Amino acid sequence: MSLFINAIEQGLVYGLMALGVLITFRVLDFPDLTVDGSFTMGAGITAALTVAGWNPYLALLLGILGGMAAGTFTGILSTKLNILNLLSGILTMTLLYSVNLRIMGRPNIPLLGQTTILDQFNSLLSGVGLGDYSNLIFFGIVLIALKALIDLFFNTELGLALRATGDNEQMIVAQGVNTDVMKVLGLAISNGLVAFSGGLVAQYSGFADVGMGIGMIIAGLASVIVGETLLPTKSFMWVTTGVVTGSIIYRAAIMLALRYGYNLGFKASDLKLITALIVIVALATPHVREKLNFKIGEKANLSETE
Amino acid sequence: MLHANNLTKCFFPGTPNEIVALNGLSIELSEGQFLTVIGSNGAGKTTFLNLIAGSLFPSEGKITLNGKDVTTVPEHVRAQMVGRVFQEPGMGTASGMTVAQNLVLALNKGHKGLKIGVTQDRKSALREELEQLGLGLEERMNERVTHLSGGQRQGLAVLMATLTMPKILLLDEHTASLDPKNARKILEITEQLVTEKNLTTIMVTHDMNQAIDLGDRLVMLHRGSFVADVNGKKKEQLTVDKLVELFSERNIVDDELLLTMT
Repeated sequence: MSLFINAIEQGLVYGLMALGVLITFRVLDFPDLTVDGSFTMGAGITAALTVAGWNPYLALLLGILGGMAAGTFTGILSTKLNILNLLSGILTMTLLYSVNLRIMGRPNIPLLGQTTILDQFNSLLSGVGLGDYSNLIFFGIVLIALKALIDLFFNTELGLALRATGDNEQMIVAQGVNTDVMKVLGLAISNGLVAFSGGLVAQYSGFADVGMGIGMIIAGLASVIVGETLLPTKSFMWVTTGVVTGSIIYRAAIMLALRYGYNLGFKASDLKLITALIVIVALATPHVREKLNFKIGEKANLSETE
Repeated sequence: MLHANNLTKCFFPGTPNEIVALNGLSIELSEGQFLTVIGSNGAGKTTFLNLIAGSLFPSEGKITLNGKDVTTVPEHVRAQMVGRVFQEPGMGTASGMTVAQNLVLALNKGHKGLKIGVTQDRKSALREELEQLGLGLEERMNERVTHLSGGQRQGLAVLMATLTMPKILLLDEHTASLDPKNARKILEITEQLVTEKNLTTIMVTHDMNQAIDLGDRLVMLHRGSFVADVNGKKKEQLTVDKLVELFSERNIVDDELLLTMT
């Protein structure tokens, strides 16, 4: 049971990050690799400021702003300096590694003994006997609220323009929209969400580590793909619901793998290998299926003429 | 309304691949005029439209639109005054978004705020506009554009380009990739909307019949300059034979153009 609750907690808190990945990869059609760096940045700023005695809410807010700044930077590299979008993200991610170390002052900041937002919420809920579920409830509230905001935003005029930028840039320019501004805005929102997730994960796991963002983009992408496969994509609300579901399923799968994978001869360090393989399979499946269908069709045609 | 003065556009200047796409081209359009531009491939038709729309900037020359110098105004800003329909139906609409969402994007050109895009009020207003097209789109407002036929998509694109009463409407061979039946329908819709809203229009085509049937002025573009300009009464009386004569008078022998006579 506690394993189950842990999986949902993690699915919810990393779901914020997955929603950020959705905005860049799917909505903007911009494969943004800033994520690995901005996740750590959110965690690093939150942890460093909390340890320095700041108000934990303010610390988290500054972490989010840091992530948004990182996204803006990637956006400017890509739109104003005309650097390839993939490379822009990689450059920001790389430079963030050093920046994050500067912010944190050391590679790992433990939050033991610090009063985090989660601790405050826990003592609040313990009063009514829900202490065991305080993380679950807190992450649930945050995610539902932000998901609702995102759904709303992407149905406003501005949000629609942002979606159109990823869909058909030529069309939306002809409709009077500055697509450079849209891309920077989308990247800022996305990386803000990612940093938000990072800040909460730091509080949840009790530390911030300079390497905690490595491979984050793959986890986000996996959640997006699982969500798209399992739930309909008929409207934006459904897509975001799918991503959150995907994130929970992904975390549950990881937890099961970590618990029982040992019996199959896997080590915990194989996790990233397996995750990447799962994403490769998920991405390649539609393509391979199409090719197979084509070959089968070809054979059928041949046998007809024979 | 539109004044293009001595427009020159040179691609890859100073290299062995240098191409002069437009060569000192000038034209003046008055309000409500409908100009058809005819010319073969590589004559500079699309470059001409790109300069007017602001997708490209001229190497030399000046463009004035509605009394404003717009020569170096970027495309997304100029879009306030310019409506444009592209050759490919896919280019003028966002395929992953619904018909209503596409129209809303055209409705508040340039002003994108935090108001909800598709509202009931807007939808019912847009439904009336769609009914006029006669393409059955009013029943498919919540469907994604990718599910529409090429003709329906292009009809939607024409409506989107004219929705906000642009100062100038640019049509870039917008029926060339449609089948004859759909092409006729889209031309009908275009004519109807242009007349109704009295839009100043430039239509580029390589179909002689189209260029003759539509509009009140015809220019012939050849190797980056206008080589003929037929206006008013003469335009009304223009026939394919007379147009071919104009071509041969100017020693422009173009198999491709002549093929489109039929």
